[in-house]
Amino acid sequence: MKREGADVLAELRGARKVYAKLLALDGLDLQLRGGELLALLGPNGVGKSTAIGLLLGLIAIDEGEVRLFGQSPRMLSARRQVGVMLQSAGIPEACKVIELLEVTRGYYAEPRTLAECVALAGLDGLLHRSYGKLSGGQQRRVQFALAICGRPKLLFLDEPTTGLDIEARQGLWKAIRALIGQGCSVLLTTHYLEEAEALADRVVVLGEGRILAEGSVESIRARVAHRRIRCTTRLSAEQIATWSHVRSAAMESGRAELIVDLAEPVILRLLIEDPDLADLEVHRAGLSEAFIELTREAA
Amino acid sequence: MNSLTMLRSGHVYGCYVREARYEFLRLARTPSFVLPTLLFPALFYLLFGVVLARGHAGGDAARYLLATYGVFGIMGASLFGFGVTIAIERERGFLTLKRALPMPPGAYLFAKLMMAMIFAAIISLMLDILAVTLGGVTLAPNQWLALFGINVFGTIPFCAVGLWLGTLVSGSAAPALVNLLYLPMSFLSGLWLPLHLLPDFISRFAPLWPSYHLGQIALGVVGGSAGTSPLMHAGALLATALAFFSLALRRLDRAADAPGS
Repeated sequence: MKREGADVLAELRGARKVYAKLLALDGLDLQLRGGELLALLGPNGVGKSTAIGLLLGLIAIDEGEVRLFGQSPRMLSARRQVGVMLQSAGIPEACKVIELLEVTRGYYAEPRTLAECVALAGLDGLLHRSYGKLSGGQQRRVQFALAICGRPKLLFLDEPTTGLDIEARQGLWKAIRALIGQGCSVLLTTHYLEEAEALADRVVVLGEGRILAEGSVESIRARVAHRRIRCTTRLSAEQIATWSHVRSAAMESGRAELIVDLAEPVILRLLIEDPDLADLEVHRAGLSEAFIELTREAA
Repeated sequence: MNSLTMLRSGHVYGCYVREARYEFLRLARTPSFVLPTLLFPALFYLLFGVVLARGHAGGDAARYLLATYGVFGIMGASLFGFGVTIAIERERGFLTLKRALPMPPGAYLFAKLMMAMIFAAIISLMLDILAVTLGGVTLAPNQWLALFGINVFGTIPFCAVGLWLGTLVSGSAAPALVNLLYLPMSFLSGLWLPLHLLPDFISRFAPLWPSYHLGQIALGVVGGSAGTSPLMHAGALLATALAFFSLALRRLDRAADAPGS
């Protein structure tokens, strides 16, 4: 615990934030450690963006403490170690990509070279284009380049792959992994749970301004005991749904899909009642099932 | 230590210059800003100062209106360049991104002020060329220089007003609000037509408008002022600048604390 404490890059302690009468954060404790990718998950409106806004000094805290590299995030020297990609950048359309990069690089003490930024963010051939003339995916890549151009030790990525196609998303994941490999820490919020699953060392699930669960992807998944069974069977979903241990049953393109508390007794019964059953698959719950479960419990 | 602080201040200076250069280039590439900002004062001056004034009072009108249309033009560059761009950038989240990045705090406003001053310089030179070639205006070199300086530094109070307006309304409402202030204020301060041609109550209330004070300073240079002290007018403009900058900065601070992006 002490060793970890020495390596904390950013921290919220007992953070409380109320907008008018809407409680956004209710005593949140959050720590970001060196070299890790922390994924902050939760449905809309549970305080993810507020947490990021506090850590970046964009929002004033009501109660509690914010520390960014041991200082107030309003200090320039703290933010010089940080890169930011916000949900909406609102970058003026008449800016050229190279101008945006040059201005932003200039804010930092030891920025990456232009060539490094181009390579990491995949901006080949885009430097002299106007931002407004780029596709949505290209604009996101420019925003990513602005986030990393200062060689930050800590990167805030707020929904970085929203609106990207699968290929572009995986390209960005690769770049994020490369940065983590170089020792950069990342705080990621995302709607795509597979993104957290693919990248995160640690996951924090927020609900109503508090932490619902915290731990590795594995340990979060393990909190949800249920399994998913898929098979081709002549039994109907309605029939199976009445069995014990079965939480839900549905037919999907000719195959039955069951969510069960305990797989073994259900499989036994399936095979007894339908000896012709085929294509049997049993999966552990993914992060998304765990997530749905956790947020449903909290509601 | 010394070289380190020198490096730091050089670093910050570079940030200011780059920010200003790209802000200017960006707006220079935006036709919806450039065309009205540069063409309106030139066309209005051409129409009222040159074409319609031909043959009247031996070029006095062309000289009088060179001073006042300069003020009219630079007001537009300041109010629109500051007010509308800030309203849009605030609404779209660009200002939030800038505040999250380690941008030196003054660089953003400095860049917009420089941009307004450069546009003011261009407007001033355009009007000068029209005045000399088509309006037959002759002035001493120090008069040309004084008008140019008044136009460039006269942007400051209007940038402050624009900044404040930009913190009040959304990006889509800002152009309408700015026009609602800009056009009546120009008329009521005697920038379009000399005040002595307008009803008495208009000239009585004219000192309420900052544009009147800048107009009077400019007219003083070409010999058309009512004889009031330029220092008093400069004082009124300075007070305007300070009041609106502090109002705007307070609003920007509070806006930072709103929910959402």
